[in-house]
Amino acid sequence: MIELKNINKTFKVARRNSGFSEAAKSFFRRDYELIQALKDITFTIKEGEMVGYIGPNGAGKSSTIKIMSGILTQDSGECIVNGRIPWKERISHVSEIGVVFGQRSQLWWDVPVIDSFELIKDIYKIPPKTYRVNLDELISLLNIGEVIKTPARQLSLGQRTRCEIAASLLHNPKILFLDEPTIGLDAVSKIAVREFIKTTNQRHNTTVILTTHDMQDIEALTERIILIGKGQILLDGALTELKKRYSDKKTITVEYTGNKFTLDEGMTCLEQLKGHAKFVLDTNILSVSKAISEISRQVEVLDISISGATAEEMVVSLYEEYKI
Amino acid sequence: MKKYLSFFKIRFLNGLQYRTAAYAGVATQFAWGFMSLLMFSAFYKTKPEAFPMEFSQVSSYIWLQQAFLALYMVWFLETDIFLAISNGNIAYELCRPIDLYNMWYAKNLASRFSKAVLRCLPILLIAFFLPRPYGLSLPENTITLLAFLLSMSLGVLVVIGICMLIYIATFYTLSPMGVRIVAISFIDFFSGAVIPLPFLPDKTRIVLQLLPFASMQDIPFRVYCGHITGLDRVIGILLQLFWLVFLITLGKFFMKKALKKIVVQGG
Repeated sequence: MIELKNINKTFKVARRNSGFSEAAKSFFRRDYELIQALKDITFTIKEGEMVGYIGPNGAGKSSTIKIMSGILTQDSGECIVNGRIPWKERISHVSEIGVVFGQRSQLWWDVPVIDSFELIKDIYKIPPKTYRVNLDELISLLNIGEVIKTPARQLSLGQRTRCEIAASLLHNPKILFLDEPTIGLDAVSKIAVREFIKTTNQRHNTTVILTTHDMQDIEALTERIILIGKGQILLDGALTELKKRYSDKKTITVEYTGNKFTLDEGMTCLEQLKGHAKFVLDTNILSVSKAISEISRQVEVLDISISGATAEEMVVSLYEEYKI
Repeated sequence: MKKYLSFFKIRFLNGLQYRTAAYAGVATQFAWGFMSLLMFSAFYKTKPEAFPMEFSQVSSYIWLQQAFLALYMVWFLETDIFLAISNGNIAYELCRPIDLYNMWYAKNLASRFSKAVLRCLPILLIAFFLPRPYGLSLPENTITLLAFLLSMSLGVLVVIGICMLIYIATFYTLSPMGVRIVAISFIDFFSGAVIPLPFLPDKTRIVLQLLPFASMQDIPFRVYCGHITGLDRVIGILLQLFWLVFLITLGKFFMKKALKKIVVQGG
């Protein structure tokens, strides 16, 4: 479905220091710096797959999305999506993809959302019957029946995002690119959006590529993640595999009465207050049951919880591991 | 074609919302029209034979200019197109199975149309009832009227062809202000929006009348008031047609070039 081979992309960026004299100098001579945004990006995504594309800010996520959606052209390398070269056959390519840029809006600001939808219907030449079916489905799944009668400018961010997602799915795209779709949403809206993306993927076998900083998105939605940092792909694999790699570390939180207890080897303290402690346990050194019996030998345990590494912690440690 | 029509429709309806702006516009245009007329009438009182047009023709020229200001003035540019380029929202427009040039063209046409529809009627109506030679006189015959309608439509299309070049220039400069200010002041003068072109000295005038800017409002208004007739009229309209084709070809060429090396601003 999607094939990227050795994609490179550089941007020319003008840089200068602050201050008036620097600004005046740059009037005559400007220092440009070439920033390599993407370096040898290679991956393949199969039809119906849901892939999380993660990396810190400025890693090149959005640039990749833009190349895959035909907005940017790569400097070198091959990108084939759905059998086409995106930027060469832009118009036929984009009629089969849906894109949501979480930070931008595709709805017409001053008119009710439904008018924007009608316009999209004409732009994509969606047959009236398909349009009706899709619209009804999207309205009920995203719960936007009332919302779409309101002008886009009067919607809350959550309502608007849901409409944006609906707008990009009206034409039954085969591939859906989501660039930070849950940015700025509250917990309830986030869950609604996630549920919806999941359903779409299952019902229509839509290939979904998701960039996000929200690890819960990744955890809830994708099985495969691609980690990019400084323009390079650092890791490409199943989320569960990754988790396994980090599963030998457990976070243990204990509530207790009595004096502070001493930590054994293999336990790294995160916080310890009177009656409350949190630490990371390395199960290669000390097993969970041994740790528990050791603690309960020292203090009276009121409550204890043990959790594996969350995607969030994993990513942090990945970033550290690759120094990005 | 249907998609561009829908674009036209949504933009047109959107433009009709701004009624107060239209009332204010009508008032301004009246004031401006009267002031221009007073100025010209002062000139004509001194030495009427020194001028290339009859005073009543000048009156018609000026009233048409005021009534159709929204159609012919280059400075009615679409701010959201400039914004889309400089803040990167163009990313969404590029994700549509649609030709960007045609879409922007339709957008411009629609918003100019919606502005003109609201403004032209009261001005035309009142100008008709003003006493001669200060009012708008009817065209001489039906052929003149038909020729005017044709020339007027071509004029609007040429105006948008030029606006498109201004938008496309923004791809390279990012800030639209510079290009806009320079282009607008040049074009206002060269198109006869400041002084009707026939009033300029002969040598300048001959050159200016061949440039695309004369094809915007000068030719249609002169067709209307009967300042050009017969063969001159046909040549004028053909010249408009030529510039229209030229500008669109040029615009599409540069658009294609710009899109190839586009950088979406703002991440």
